[in-house]
Amino acid sequence: MDKFLQTLMDGFTVGSLYALIALGYTMVYGILQFINFAHGDVFALGVHLTIVFAAMLGIEGLATGGPASLPVVVGVLLLTMLACGCVGFLIERLAYRPLRSSPRLNVLITAIGVSLLLQNVGQLPFVFGPYRKATPNLLPDVTLATIGGEQQTQDDGTLEIVGGVKVTLVNVTVVLVALAMMLALQYVIHSTRFGLAMRAVSHDPRTAGLMGINVDLVISLTFMIGSMLAAGAGFLYTLKYTGNVAHPGEATWVLLGLKAFVAAVVGGIGNIRGAVLGGLLIGLTEFFGVGYLSSEYRDAYVFAILIVVLLVRPQGILGRPKIEKV
Amino acid sequence: MTDTHQSRVSSQAGLGRTLWNALWPVLVAVLCGLVMHLAIGPWAGGYASTVMVACAINVVLAVSLTVVNGFAGQFSLGHAGFMAIGGYTAAGIVYYGSLLMWGDASPSGSVLSASFDEVAGRPWLAAGDALFVVACLVGGLMAAIAGYVVGLPSLRLRGDYLAIVTLGFGEIVRVLLQGTKGQIQPWKMSELAETPGWRLPLHLGGPQGFNLLPVYTTLFWATAAMTLSAIVIYRLKYSALGREFLSVREDEIAAQAMGVNVTRAKVRAFVVAATFAGIAGGLYGHLTGTMNATELDFKRSIEIVIMVVLGGMGSISGAAMAAVLLTILPELLRDPPAIWPAGLLVLAIVTFTQWRRRRFSWPVLTGIIVATIVFEVGRRVAIAHAVDLADYRLVIYALLLILMMLLRPDGLFGVHEFWDVLGLRRVPRPGIDGRSEVEA
Repeated sequence: MDKFLQTLMDGFTVGSLYALIALGYTMVYGILQFINFAHGDVFALGVHLTIVFAAMLGIEGLATGGPASLPVVVGVLLLTMLACGCVGFLIERLAYRPLRSSPRLNVLITAIGVSLLLQNVGQLPFVFGPYRKATPNLLPDVTLATIGGEQQTQDDGTLEIVGGVKVTLVNVTVVLVALAMMLALQYVIHSTRFGLAMRAVSHDPRTAGLMGINVDLVISLTFMIGSMLAAGAGFLYTLKYTGNVAHPGEATWVLLGLKAFVAAVVGGIGNIRGAVLGGLLIGLTEFFGVGYLSSEYRDAYVFAILIVVLLVRPQGILGRPKIEKV
Repeated sequence: MTDTHQSRVSSQAGLGRTLWNALWPVLVAVLCGLVMHLAIGPWAGGYASTVMVACAINVVLAVSLTVVNGFAGQFSLGHAGFMAIGGYTAAGIVYYGSLLMWGDASPSGSVLSASFDEVAGRPWLAAGDALFVVACLVGGLMAAIAGYVVGLPSLRLRGDYLAIVTLGFGEIVRVLLQGTKGQIQPWKMSELAETPGWRLPLHLGGPQGFNLLPVYTTLFWATAAMTLSAIVIYRLKYSALGREFLSVREDEIAAQAMGVNVTRAKVRAFVVAATFAGIAGGLYGHLTGTMNATELDFKRSIEIVIMVVLGGMGSISGAAMAAVLLTILPELLRDPPAIWPAGLLVLAIVTFTQWRRRRFSWPVLTGIIVATIVFEVGRRVAIAHAVDLADYRLVIYALLLILMMLLRPDGLFGVHEFWDVLGLRRVPRPGIDGRSEVEA
């Protein structure tokens, strides 16, 4: 039972990270109908910028300094999101916009090019460098509650809980922040004029343009929002995975990006709620697979789910089937 | 009546003709291989030979992916998966075959399977070569079966979704291969004797990779495979099946209305591409003596797709040239030579082409000149400031990719072969070069 709950909690935490990244994929696909392969690298950028900004604000490495104060933590998050938003804007403006009318395959290859560019620029010695970095100590390692477990009396007479599932501050923060971002996005898309414009462009860019919507602006802002969500996910990743993070060129990031993308597809690409659902599903699948089957095939579970879902329901769980027209 | 009748008669022109048609590509391949192996390889030296072998293997991969991504218009992102299946199959057969037959995993090849400084004293034919060739072919067969299995979902999925499924397939193959057990080492023959034959495919090295494979791949085998695959796929492009592929790419519904079995065409495209990828995998593993599934991941598949796209979707010579270019480019950037001779050459070729067509495009010509000057200045600056361009080679590579897509979205040659683009052949092949037909 303990193991089940622990797996559930970990899967849920990581799943909400996937969901945040998947939102970026799904928003871009919803509007431009292409897979933004560079999105996973924007997430990696978010992780590394979090480390850099935390260092600038005085929190370096795991060992030095205690947990940061709340304003600093929020400051790091906002700075990272802002920086990644700007990078997302630049990517769209410089690489994707000139190709708006060319075949989708070309845009896809360009996206791969941008992804390679981000990875390799990130690896340059004067950017992030080709070595692993320690995550900053942003949150104290506090257990908020323990579910199950036994109370044991220690030698010095104090009571301590052994076993059980620990609900840590980190897990709760990750889930809550991710949830807040998703709700904010939901609000923006469904309750603001900009959201209306976004949905209109997603439905039909040409007609939306004729109705007086600034399509270029909407697309730019969509990229910025997606990149900011990825940056938020990167920030949460540094909270969750304390220790060393991989350098920008490592396969870890590509794989994480791919899994988030799989989440978007499984949920129904272009569908915001589907991305969240897919993210959680992928996170839970991965952790239950690792916990109960075998950890060797960790990545295979995710892709197996993908293939099964696509074969049974090609448009994804919540996606709408596309009607082929002659 | 007359034309079609005659061609039908000539295609039924008897066994001798058929045999000759089947055999001459093999003869040409062997001949090319011999020339490269015995003349050009020794002249170019060891390092250059290794780069050439890598080029040839990449050409096989790129040209085979052209069948799926170029001809049939499907989008496969799992080519490295087929390569891994073929490579591991071939490696398993050669490694355990050598151990069982000769009790030793060192190569027992002929002159053809030895690099030129080890040629002395080798026989012209040896059992090791036969084992290697058979292993590569079986690897191709296994990959073909996998291609059939992956081709099946393409009945339901199209476009991006198919790309994602093939991507997922490639990753699953990689993870499964990394999950195999450690190989049985050559010095543990007793363990090998205890393991029943059917369990051997479970011992493929796992996360450490499949190591200590006998090295067989030389310039001969790589060139022969490259030549053969190029000829076979070129013939395929202009055969009835190739036209089926092209019709599926252009418009599935129209193709179906014309009686093309779209499903069968797609699956066949996957099978053909996978076969050659499997063979390339076998060559790849026996080049360095190690198969590592970690290297045959999503990034490798992407590399091959990039070659196809840069060459122009559907152009065999384009894909081959892009493969060579992209294999050499990172090597060149380690110690960049002067670019202006190459720039002048490209300028001359483009000017010639445009002169043939009586249509000059000044932006293209100035673009080439500016690019050459920019690169040359960059190189001079890098040398003057002692900056090592090798650190930046992947950045430059990525930038080139993006610029290529922005400036020349059709790839080098589009669907045409390079001799079509040069305007060397006046008569266009009907039905395939859509544009030339309209112009005519």
